[in-house]
Amino acid sequence: MPSSVMPTSSLGAGQEPPVAVSTIGLRKSYGDKLVLDGIDLRIPTGTVFALLGPNGAGKTTVVKILSTLITADAASGDIRVGGHDLAADPQAVRAAIGVTGQFSAVDGLITGEENMLLMADLHHLSKREGRRTAAELLERFDLVEAASRPASTYSGGMKRRLDIAMTLVGNPRIIFLDEPTTGLDPRSRHNMWQIIRELVSGGVTVFLTTQYLDEADELADRIAVLNDGKIAAEGTADELKRLIPGGHIRLRFDDPSAYQSAAVALREVTLTQALSAARPGGAFNDDALSLQIPSDGSQRELRSILDWLDAAGIEADELTVHTPDLDDVFFALTGDTTVPHQSKETVR
Amino acid sequence: MSSLPLAVRDSATMLRRNLLHARRYPSLTLNLLLTPIMLLLLFVYIFGDVMSAGIGDGADRSDYIAYLVPGILLMTIGGTVVGTAVSVSNDMTEGIIARFRTMAIHRGSVLVGHVVGSVLQAMLSVVLVGVVAVAIGFRSTDAGVLEWLAAFGLLVLFAMALTWVAVGMGLISPNAEAASNNALPMILLPLLSSAFVPVDAMPGWFQPIAEYQPFTPAIETLRGLLLGTEIGNNGWLAVTWCLGLAVLGYFWSVSKFNRDPR
Repeated sequence: MPSSVMPTSSLGAGQEPPVAVSTIGLRKSYGDKLVLDGIDLRIPTGTVFALLGPNGAGKTTVVKILSTLITADAASGDIRVGGHDLAADPQAVRAAIGVTGQFSAVDGLITGEENMLLMADLHHLSKREGRRTAAELLERFDLVEAASRPASTYSGGMKRRLDIAMTLVGNPRIIFLDEPTTGLDPRSRHNMWQIIRELVSGGVTVFLTTQYLDEADELADRIAVLNDGKIAAEGTADELKRLIPGGHIRLRFDDPSAYQSAAVALREVTLTQALSAARPGGAFNDDALSLQIPSDGSQRELRSILDWLDAAGIEADELTVHTPDLDDVFFALTGDTTVPHQSKETVR
Repeated sequence: MSSLPLAVRDSATMLRRNLLHARRYPSLTLNLLLTPIMLLLLFVYIFGDVMSAGIGDGADRSDYIAYLVPGILLMTIGGTVVGTAVSVSNDMTEGIIARFRTMAIHRGSVLVGHVVGSVLQAMLSVVLVGVVAVAIGFRSTDAGVLEWLAAFGLLVLFAMALTWVAVGMGLISPNAEAASNNALPMILLPLLSSAFVPVDAMPGWFQPIAEYQPFTPAIETLRGLLLGTEIGNNGWLAVTWCLGLAVLGYFWSVSKFNRDPR
């Protein structure tokens, strides 16, 4: 399997986009525990980059290093953020970036508005400009009503919104968001996605970490899968999906008895491996009355499956073709193949 | 912007933040005020007769008030900086500190804000305790304008020195409990000084410890300024202690703050 996918450039040939973040051989170890083992990144300006990985993969460490919070190992290669050398001129990097960490970086003891004015002061805005910026952002993030309450009384979603609003006070060109939607309810999550899309449409580069595959799929121009301190794969969502044969055809039945007979037929076929010698057998989901048959989604294979269904006298009420999603990619790349397909289907 | 105005501006911003905390949550500051005031009242009204006999022949309770108050004032500062250690330690666990570290601000401003805020709080506490002292009969018998200014300067310098040390204590403490334990010497040292009884009245082996620890020279100097007692070399000792502790505390705190966060 290739470890990385060549980018499909939408820009004209020879036109290199300016790079917002680049690392070569980024390494970090704590004692003899190696956390990051040579990370190469190249993020063009104005794009969304998602660093995807399971818990403990090292995502937060990457963000902490790139945002100057902790230092990389001396053995690392060049790291540049916003055109500045991270090691030589961290203060210039700081002036170019905004960071919203995993744990809310708001001052809980003071009000939302005071938090915003604090940021305005630290960005050396004039009193008037500071008040205007604070009011604007509070309005934009729907925090006007809560503005005079201490931030410690905010809900998780409100804290996260205040957090991002504070990050935006200095008008940063590169924004790091470390798991911006972890712990948020679905509605707050979609609001956050909307916020991120608005940022990008304003020309900001967003560096995002997430453990949610749909989030990376939804937002990111490019995705890197981080596993065990290494980049397991990098590319667009589509490119990554192409790496993994995880597609299937799903048959859903209204009638339980039709489902049962189809399941029995499929089981027999699977046992004799007649359907597809190279692929694992179908999966069954009794609750949803649906069957899954592995497939690469090609016309040829689809036809052969349809032929087999006709021959077996199975008529499904609904047939859908599923291309592999990032879940498939993720589990394949991070070595966690034990997660059964059914449970994921029922969770949704 | 060049670095000095930037440092001043950012430190002023951080100071405003700390004063806002103190104003909104005054309970910590007020709790720390209780100890010196209680000790003052306890030693004057409960132990006063016994204690006054200890400071000299024919001394009465009002003499003991005069003897006790300078020590109590410096003890007030010691108590206030325990609050500094606790609030620094609390602050370091807040996500906002990580945000500050990723911003293009003067790096030391977070600490300077804490220190200046604490010194202001300490001075406010000293004034409040001083008011109680005056209410129960304390009078400065010897201080002119110059002495008052010197006394004030000494109190500020002493507060600044202890605060820098307390900031370092807060930075090495993983939580508020540890911070308040680490800062315990700030409360214990005045008990082992000449605040309550003269050093001469202590066991011989202990006298050098009591005499040369930071609180005693400062107490003796303040006593001299306010009451006209002999200062001797205590003035220089006190100033040296203050400057030494301030410089030590400063470098210690800055190095602890600059290491990679936990």
